Amino acid sequence: MLAAIGRGTTGIVGGFGRLGLFLADMVRAVPDARTWGSVLFQQMRRIGVDSLPIALFIAAFTGIVLALLANATFTGAVPLYLVGTLVGKTMMMELGPVLVSLALTGRVGATMAAELGTMRVTEQVDALETLAYDPYAYLVLPRVLAGVVMFPVVIAFAMGMGLLTGWLAATTLLPLSTAEFVRGVRLFYEPFDWQFGLIKSASFGFTITLIGCFLGLHTRGGAEGVGIATTRTVVFSAALILVLDAYWAITLLRAA
Amino acid sequence: MISFRDVHKSFGPKRVLQGFTLDVADGETMVIIGYSGTGKSVAIKHVVGLLDPDSGSVEVDGLLVHELNRERLGELRSRIGFVFQFAALFDSMTIAENVGFGLRRRRDLSEAEIADRVAHALELVELPGVQDRMPAELSGGMRKRVGLARAIAIQPRYMLYDEPTTGLDPVTSAVIDELMVRTREALGVTSIVITHDMKSAYRVGDRIAMLYEGRVRTVGTPDEVRRSDDPVLRGFIEGRADSLRPALSSEEELHVEPVQG
Repeated sequence: MLAAIGRGTTGIVGGFGRLGLFLADMVRAVPDARTWGSVLFQQMRRIGVDSLPIALFIAAFTGIVLALLANATFTGAVPLYLVGTLVGKTMMMELGPVLVSLALTGRVGATMAAELGTMRVTEQVDALETLAYDPYAYLVLPRVLAGVVMFPVVIAFAMGMGLLTGWLAATTLLPLSTAEFVRGVRLFYEPFDWQFGLIKSASFGFTITLIGCFLGLHTRGGAEGVGIATTRTVVFSAALILVLDAYWAITLLRAA
Repeated sequence: MISFRDVHKSFGPKRVLQGFTLDVADGETMVIIGYSGTGKSVAIKHVVGLLDPDSGSVEVDGLLVHELNRERLGELRSRIGFVFQFAALFDSMTIAENVGFGLRRRRDLSEAEIADRVAHALELVELPGVQDRMPAELSGGMRKRVGLARAIAIQPRYMLYDEPTTGLDPVTSAVIDELMVRTREALGVTSIVITHDMKSAYRVGDRIAMLYEGRVRTVGTPDEVRRSDDPVLRGFIEGRADSLRPALSSEEELHVEPVQG
């Protein structure tokens, strides 16, 4: 029992140690801008533009549900125009960033782990190195940078979509006018709302891409190893998103 | 010149190299033979810094590979062509992009010059006109030839071949051997070839070294190897199953349960 706990603790500490070294190697690759710059826009398109449909899809239905849920919760005791407040605040500060990021752990993180894992087990990463490329500059840094930049962009669109469908649901399915909905949105609105959401989104983008690249490049074995790396990426990223979500709430919302 | 000096390398409890020492002279083609899993690929990965020795050293042009920083290791690697066992082509790139990939590190080459060099390298491996195809569209032998073209496109001083003929039919193997010889003649390179294929070893090697139990057991010219009476070497060359027994560690030995009834 004690031995198992010891092995588990050693494994976790060792894993964080390797992640720290991985991060340090990634930072050391920053001056090699010629290498990572050549593939940055390709990665931004893959992570950003290609993720937009799934992000908008999720946000669209979340907006509708939020509007109807607010109405059901208020039960006439709270003015109905506050539906706009709830939809706006929740989409910008919580559900937009968290739901979309959770979906993108599969769309982005798992894809990266599978891609880099396959490259590792088929010696393509070794081939890169023998051709004098730094894998951190060519494979890791552009993906992580693209994640940090494009997650907030994608999630900003998702926030807009959620507000739009929330408004549509409120004005077509509930006895609420556009003016009342907008009044509700603006009532407690502060620029901090979307800033908070986008800061979180950037941190989620960083986490998902870093975990995907780390586990992908550390893949061992064949197809089974790639499968394990992919699954772990989704599980660890999803867990870390929720931990980070709580971290940002504790550090930024308490002070707000 | 490439020098392995008393190289030790282990992976967990498995000791792979145990005092591997070998010199490869300039312009020479050294073939390393040995049983599967004896560390031949591990040995040549030390030459390009893909692995670092636990102890001992590998020198290339007088440089200790494991002591080079990232930048100097990159410079060294740009002088070494590496042909992988399964080609290791980048499957998201066309053949032209694969072959030209190493050239794009260089600032002094224009796109037209890179395209010329790619075309020339593909002609050397007798695959002209495949620039726009994807690796998945090629056969195993063609992929290996593209891997060779990618390595020679950078005009290296050293070539490392990791089992270049494994899995190929005898005719394609002979073609690859001929390409290795031609590459040496065209570029004057120093080469290390890892293989199990004795026909290939005799065709391309100036000297042949046998790696056994983590170190060099025998080294000599193809004629000397042919005439050797070392039982381990003879067993390997003749492909005798009983010759493998001393190479198996106790946990790898086969245990056959007696059949009841």
